[in-house]
Amino acid sequence: MASGSDKNGDQQLKLYSCYRSSCSFRVRIALNLKGLKYEYKAVNLLKGEQFSPEFRKLNPIGCVPVLVDGDLAVSDSFAILLYLEEKYPQHPLLPKDLQRKAINFQAANIVCSSIQPFQNQAVLNYIEEMVTPDAKIELAKVHTEKGFAALEDLLKNYAGRYATGDEVSFADLFLAPQIRAAFLWFNLDMTQFPLLSRLHEAYNEIPAFIDARPDKQPDAPS
Amino acid sequence: MATASDQQLKLYSYYRSSCSYRVRIALNLKGLKYEYKAVNLLKGEQYSPAFRKLNPIGYVPVLVDGDLAVSDSFAILLYLEEKYPQHPLLHKDHQRRAINFQAANIVCSSIQPRQNLAVLNYIEERVSPDAKIEWAKVHIEKGFAALEDLLRNYAGRYATGDEVSFADLFLAPQIHAAFTRFNLDMTRFPLLSRLHEAYNEIPAFVDARPDKQPDAPS
Repeated sequence: MASGSDKNGDQQLKLYSCYRSSCSFRVRIALNLKGLKYEYKAVNLLKGEQFSPEFRKLNPIGCVPVLVDGDLAVSDSFAILLYLEEKYPQHPLLPKDLQRKAINFQAANIVCSSIQPFQNQAVLNYIEEMVTPDAKIELAKVHTEKGFAALEDLLKNYAGRYATGDEVSFADLFLAPQIRAAFLWFNLDMTQFPLLSRLHEAYNEIPAFIDARPDKQPDAPS
Repeated sequence: MATASDQQLKLYSYYRSSCSYRVRIALNLKGLKYEYKAVNLLKGEQYSPAFRKLNPIGYVPVLVDGDLAVSDSFAILLYLEEKYPQHPLLHKDHQRRAINFQAANIVCSSIQPRQNLAVLNYIEERVSPDAKIEWAKVHIEKGFAALEDLLRNYAGRYATGDEVSFADLFLAPQIHAAFTRFNLDMTRFPLLSRLHEAYNEIPAFVDARPDKQPDAPS
């Protein structure tokens, strides 16, 4: 089983992450599920560490997460997860069935392209400046609710114990952080989203998910 | 070579949708014939009950392949790559493959969502028509600057080498929109400008352009 260490047992896997970043959270879950040890490299987004020249060399867009695996550096959570799935096939996260695989990618992209971009720090700051602080919360909520409603519809015919069946899969990695953010920060009325609420409870039972949570990370405020 | 016979492939598309454009390019590159099913976004056809059954989030494109329906351009392109492996669009090399996914996601998660119709309408309503253009430009320019940096060490004739690849499918429509809809100063983005010229030479890309689609205004 590929383990993420080199022949000396040193941590050849490094993850540049911020505790609160939902994109980093996704990757942390996958690394845990696959039993991969890694060195946690904290990037303080509030202090602007993502804009340092060294970090920009790793990822020119200045976002976390970035995964370094020996000589290779992969940025963007989606790209990282597809890389991990290929390089470390233990605990596979993608169904072989093409329809179910596609549903996983679609659910992941609903989070990744339709929800998360409207509630990350940079965008919230921009809206707060251009409009008002209330408008920024409204933007995040509108997009989250729209995306969550779509996810409820999309997954209703596929969900089992988890998003697309009775095993954890690719979609769950994207859902867990997004749903958690909705509960903690956006005060959404989650009773509108019974499936997602149930999944949230299910994720809270899995060590790989719990250990990936923001409050469990080395850079979380104590 | 896997083929799709008797128009079993249908693509629900809007001529101007850059997400639909990505898929049209891939279908053309792979030599796949399909039935074009126009969805008029300005008339709200994406909210019809029939369309919502195909895609609950009400977005185009949707690809129907026999009994299977795939929504979301990224998911559709990965599906096509697996089911119809002719004219492969993903490298075997892990680093280069990952660069393609990252470039695709810069477009797909950082740029396009912030300049699609729904969001622009929202900003126009909440702020002003000028604010919406500024909003789109800020996000496009930020993403384009990142793409220039990201691809500089990988680009050849195309985004990540001398063959067309996954990233090119995302770049072509986004760059096309920047030139035709958003009036960006593209001199700041020499690599992307060069790629734009290169895409305009490839029939599969040209035939996928908005103005070439059945639902484009004449």
